[in-house]
Formats: sequence, C-alpha cells, structure tokens
Amino acid sequence: MAESFTRSEMLPPLPPPVTERGAIKWMRENLFSTPLNIALTVLGALVVYWLIAAALPWWLNSVWNASSLGECRQIVEANAGPGATGACWAMIRERWHQFLFGFYPPPEWWRPILAFGLLFAALAPVLFAGQKRNLTIVLGGVLVYLVVTLYLAGAPALPFALSLVLIVGMLALAQIQPGRLLWFTLLYPALCFWLLWGGSVWSPIVAMAGFAILYAVFRLASPLIGLAPAAGAGIVVAVVWWLYLDKTVVDLLQGVLPFGLQSINSDQFGGFLLAIVIGVTGITFSLPIGILLALGRQSDMLIVKSLSVGFIEFVRGVPLITLLFTASLLLQYFLPPGTNFDIILRVIILVTFFAAAYLAEVIRGGLAALPRGQYEAADALGLDYWRAQRLIILPQALKISIPAIVSTFIGLFKDTTLVAFVGLMDPLKGVTQIVRADINWKGIYWEPYIFVGVIFFVICFGMSRYSMYLERKLKTDHR
Amino acid sequence: MKKSVFFGALAATTLVSGMALAGTLDDVKARGELLCGSNTGLTGFGNPDASGNWTGFDVDLCRAVAAAVLGDPNKVKFVPTTGETRFTALQSGEVDLLVRNSTWTSSRDSELALDFVAVNYYDGQGFMVKKDLGVSSAKELDGATVCIQTGTTTELNLADFFKQNNITYQPVTVADDSEAQRQYLAGACDAYTTDASGLAASRATMPDAENHIILPEIISKEPLGPVVRHGDNQWGDIVRWTFFALLIAEEKGVTKANVEEVLASSADEEVKRLLGASGDMGVKFGLDNAAFKNAIAAVGNYGEVFARNIGEGTTINLARGLNALWTQGGLQYAPPFR
Repeated sequence: MAESFTRSEMLPPLPPPVTERGAIKWMRENLFSTPLNIALTVLGALVVYWLIAAALPWWLNSVWNASSLGECRQIVEANAGPGATGACWAMIRERWHQFLFGFYPPPEWWRPILAFGLLFAALAPVLFAGQKRNLTIVLGGVLVYLVVTLYLAGAPALPFALSLVLIVGMLALAQIQPGRLLWFTLLYPALCFWLLWGGSVWSPIVAMAGFAILYAVFRLASPLIGLAPAAGAGIVVAVVWWLYLDKTVVDLLQGVLPFGLQSINSDQFGGFLLAIVIGVTGITFSLPIGILLALGRQSDMLIVKSLSVGFIEFVRGVPLITLLFTASLLLQYFLPPGTNFDIILRVIILVTFFAAAYLAEVIRGGLAALPRGQYEAADALGLDYWRAQRLIILPQALKISIPAIVSTFIGLFKDTTLVAFVGLMDPLKGVTQIVRADINWKGIYWEPYIFVGVIFFVICFGMSRYSMYLERKLKTDHR
Repeated sequence: MKKSVFFGALAATTLVSGMALAGTLDDVKARGELLCGSNTGLTGFGNPDASGNWTGFDVDLCRAVAAAVLGDPNKVKFVPTTGETRFTALQSGEVDLLVRNSTWTSSRDSELALDFVAVNYYDGQGFMVKKDLGVSSAKELDGATVCIQTGTTTELNLADFFKQNNITYQPVTVADDSEAQRQYLAGACDAYTTDASGLAASRATMPDAENHIILPEIISKEPLGPVVRHGDNQWGDIVRWTFFALLIAEEKGVTKANVEEVLASSADEEVKRLLGASGDMGVKFGLDNAAFKNAIAAVGNYGEVFARNIGEGTTINLARGLNALWTQGGLQYAPPFR
C-alpha cells in the first residue's frame, strides 16, 4: 500500500538568506547598493582610517607628567621611539586653573565654584518651573557638586556649611512650595556679584534695597498719580538712591557691622570664569531687553518705535568687535579722566546690547508668526496692552522662537572669546597665549584648543539639549 | 528743569575732574600702584607664570619704575594690551606707562602724540630657514615661500627687502606666532620671518632646533622701548632715568646683590649720586633720594635683567649684540648722571 506523507506540524521558519538579514543586508542596502555608493563607501572608509591612523598614536602617546614641552617630547621619544608624536597634557595639568579661573587667587577659588553651583540652583526654578522631580534632581546635583568641589577647593568651614544648609533648605522647599524658590533666583545676582568680586557684604544688599525702594514708591504712588508716573517716580528715587546715597549707607553699615570678603579686582578674572560671567550676565539681561525692543518695534507710538528700530538696526549693523573696542577704548575718552569704570562691566553692557538687538529680531519673528486672531481675541476679552502681551501674545511668540533664542544664546556664549581682542583673558586666545608665552610651553598647539573646545562643547550642547526638552514640553499641538 | 540740572551737574563733574587731572607721578603716588601696559604674553619679555606672577625683560623695567616711584617693585599692576589697544590704552590714561616691545617710529612720536623715552632693546627683523634648504644668506631666498604675520610692520619690511634686492617671494600669511611656527615646521613655508628675538625664542623650543638656522641678515631697525604720554615731561624723565640708572649700574658694576655694600663703601661720585648717598638727584625728579637705588635693588642692573630673562644661559639664549653697553661695542649708552 502506498504510504502517504502528511505533515502533522509546521516546519520551523528558516532564517532569511544570509544576504537578506543582519549587518550584511544593512550594508548591501546602505553602503554597497550602487557602484557609486561602493566607491563612496571605500573612499569614506579610507578617510576614516587615515584620520585615525594619523591621530591615534598622538592620543595614545599622551604625557601627563612633565614640566615642559621639551620634557614631554623626550618622554614620548623614550616610550614610542624617535619621531613619534604625542599629546602633552602636562600643560593642562600645570595650567588648568588659569583656563578656569584666570588669575583668581587660589585660596578664594571656592567663591567662583560656589557661585557656579548656586547658578544652577537659581536657574532651576526658572528652567523647571514647579516640577518637583526635575527641581529635586537639579538641586541634588548641585548639592553633590558643592560638597565635592568645595571640599577639594578647601573652602572655609562657615561658607561651606552655610551653602549646604541653603541647598538642603531649597531641596525641602522644592517639595512643599516650589514656586517660592523664585525668591532665591531674584536674590542670586547680588549674591553672585558679592561672591565673585568680594568687598563689603553691604554693597549688594544696599544696591538690592534700591529695587525694594523702587517697588515701594511705585506701590505707594500708583493710587495717587497713576501707573506710569508712579513707575517713573520709583525709578527716579531708586537712581538717586544708587547714585548719591548708596555709598554713604554702605560705609555707615560697614562701620557698624564690618563683614565682607576679600576684594578681587576684575583684572584677576580670566578663563572660563570670565566667559561664564560675561555669557550668563549677557544672556540674563538681553532676554528682557530683547523682548521690550521687539514690542517697541511693533508699537504704534512713534518715538518708542523709532528708538527701538534705531537701536536694533545700529547694533546689528556693526560687528561685535567694534562694540568691544568701543567698550575698551572709546568710552574712556568720553568719561571724565580718572573714572574707574570696570572693563568687564563695560564689556558686559555692550555684549548685552548686542545680544538684545539680535534677540529682538528673533522675538519679532515669533510675534509676526502669531495669527492676527490672537491679538484680536485678546482685545475682545478687554485685556489691556500689558496683560494681553503677558497672558496671550508673548507665551505663544516666545514658544515659537525658542530654537532661535537658544541659538542666539549659544552664539553669545561663544562670542565671549572675542574679548581677547581688548586684552581680557578669555580661555581660547587670552589664556592660551600666556601659556604659550611661557618658554616651557612655547610651541604647544593643539592641546589648549582641544581642552577649551571640549568645555565649550559641553556647555553649548547642554543648552541645546535643554532647548529641545523645552520644545517637547511646551508642545501643545498634535502634529 | 530736572534735565537741565542733570546736564549742568554732568558738565560740572567733567570740568572739575578735568582740572583735577594732575601729573602722572601724582596719580601714581596717590593710587599707590603703577599701571603698566604689558604684552598679553611674549616669551622672555613679559608673561605671567602658573601662579600669575609676571616675569620678563619688559616686566622688569616696569618693576624698576615702581620701585623708584613707590619704593616697592610689587606695587605694579600689569594691564595686558593687544597690538590694537596698546596706544589707545596709554592715551586714554588706562595705563601710566607702556613697556610692550613697541617699535619707536616717527609717526608714533608725532601722529600718536606719544613719547618713547628710551630704547631698552634693539631688535631687528630676521629670517629662520631649515638647514637642509642650503641657504646661507637672505638674498638667496629668491622664489621662497615666507611665513609672515599679517598686519605688522614686519610685513612691510619684508616687501621692501625683497624689492630692493630684486628677488621674489611668496607670502604665507599667519595670524600669530604659534601659528607661524606650526606652519613653518609643517613645511608650509621655506622661511619664517619676525623679530630676531622672537625667532630665537621659537627656535629654542623646536623639537629639532639644530636643523634650523637664523640667517645673518637683519633687514630692519626695531628699537623697542618704554612709552609715555606726550606732554608729561616729568613722568617721562622718571621713566627714562630709571632705565638709565640700570645702565649706569651695569657700567659701574653695581648689582642687585652688592648695591647696599657699594652704597656704603663706594668712592665713585657718580655712583654715590646715583644711589642717593650724595646730592639730591632723586628729589629733583620729585622722587625719594633713594629711588634709583631701590630700582637697582629690585631688579638688578641692565645686564642682570638681560641675563635673567633672555640672555645666554636661558632657553632663549640671546647674545647681547647691539644691546651690549657702549663700552663693549653695543649701543646702550646712558648720559652722565649729574
């Protein structure tokens, strides 16, 4: 009888042919699909190989312990044979502090370190408004950072303890009322100024009191004379306070309760300390000024509009270096002789103006992108100008402009290296130049650029990632 | 009303402070600190070390002036100035004195209203080539590629030199010294030209210094010296004579180490006047009588300053050459101190 074969179970599926799966399929499809692609792939592989072959020995032969470039070269030759090249990171090992702090005196390094840590504590409530989880992460990170770095920098016990108490307190507050953390953000500029430049503790306090006075006058006068005149009166009183009373009050308080930090002159600032001071201050102040300029440019009031347009077009029309030379050279001619107007302050002011002009145009782009209906809806609700801007227009306009705003910030931060042209010690050119002027390190080329470049990359990449996070978070449409 | 008061006050402040602008000497004394414009970093002539202390040939002259005027060589603040900002910084009063390897030229004296009060280093532009190029004179550099920093007088000197000798060259322009050294070593140019002192410093730090030679031709005069503002002659005199004091000290064998001893024992009348043991030469400058003694005690005589920073025995290893004293065939010559 004939046997019949019937399959009682399914065969296990065979794997696809070897050319249709895994890495081979991917390579066939992506690297070797056409003759042109094959040629390009081979070429690319050759270039990559050539780059690695050229650079890898240099990285592998790195020297970390030497006292001069000549010694580095000897060590490399001894280890890798004559003619070999190697990176000489010993220079970074000896001079890293000048790249970070410039000439800031070593016993006071804890001050910029602390100010840098607190910067994040102050930014967190703004960057992650009301989000307990993110706030806790950031503040926890700041706490760990401060414990480690302040210990390494040998900070005195009192400020060490105080700053830890402050951060722990903020951590606790973040759990209960995260909104209140903004108070620290408001106080931070004065605190940072005092930490970095030192001097009497009363100078920042009395200067901040000027703002309190401004607010008090505004509140008291506004029912009597109306909003705008009250604001004007407040500003006048505050300016009088800053110009004429400030110094006397500081001296008086300092006489009664002498307490302060060692004064540090601006010329001792350098490296990334300088870049971050200029960059962060410029970023902080250019955003509100930029918003006001953008609104001014759209205003119906002739004077406001023409002033805004004039400012924006003038500042955007000249290169940043011109403004820096103005800060460094021209202002000295205009001011009375003997005036000691701090060079870093002058540079910060002009860098801020420069960034503000660019931001104003970026934000104007955001304003222009809003449908007209939004403006009309705000009017229909009976909101006055400022409420309409604050509640309806600006939140949408700023959201649209986030990528461009952050681009401007990154550009501003990188532009801080241009201050080298007015004799300030920026990390890229200023510090590198003084290191190379040392006979021990003369002739060193790539190492300082790589070191500085990596730090710049980390900071700018961080900013860019944050902007992407913010865009995702604020995304309300369903595209 | 408010506005007119404001502008009135502004005008008054300007006027008062303008009138209050005293001589530089009084400013420095009142401030208790000398503001010295320095290079942002030039090997051997002025650069801060790892702990931020400035050292160098130009820096020592600043310290000598500070010692003469204020009695303390450390009461000086070095203000780094770039090639673009240096003269304006001096004119606007941001620095009291500029000692920053600046070449004395007629237009800087006249047009920029500056005073070069002395020449503390006679430099000149030279060429460095690789030995295996087989060139022994700059005149044989016909058709060579030359690395040259842009925007400097060296660029103009180079063009003049090649034109005069009827030979051609191909310029490779670079931004600064380190770039030039890198291009030259990488073979992007046959010759590298800049001031001879800079060439020596570059050569000293090359991995294969023995394969490079500095050609004998010096194609320009670069007298480098301290600069002060035009019109404040008392201050200019002080800087000039502080420098001369260092020269006279070398001539008379007064050193940092033996200055006290010489002061006590010397019978040489000029030395006694210089160190303030007789006469009132210091007071005539508006300074302390021991001013020049302080300057010598702070940095040593000219020869010591030279030897310590750039002279033979240091890595840079420059010979005295034109900067030897006139008694030894050089150009450094101080008028009599009387």
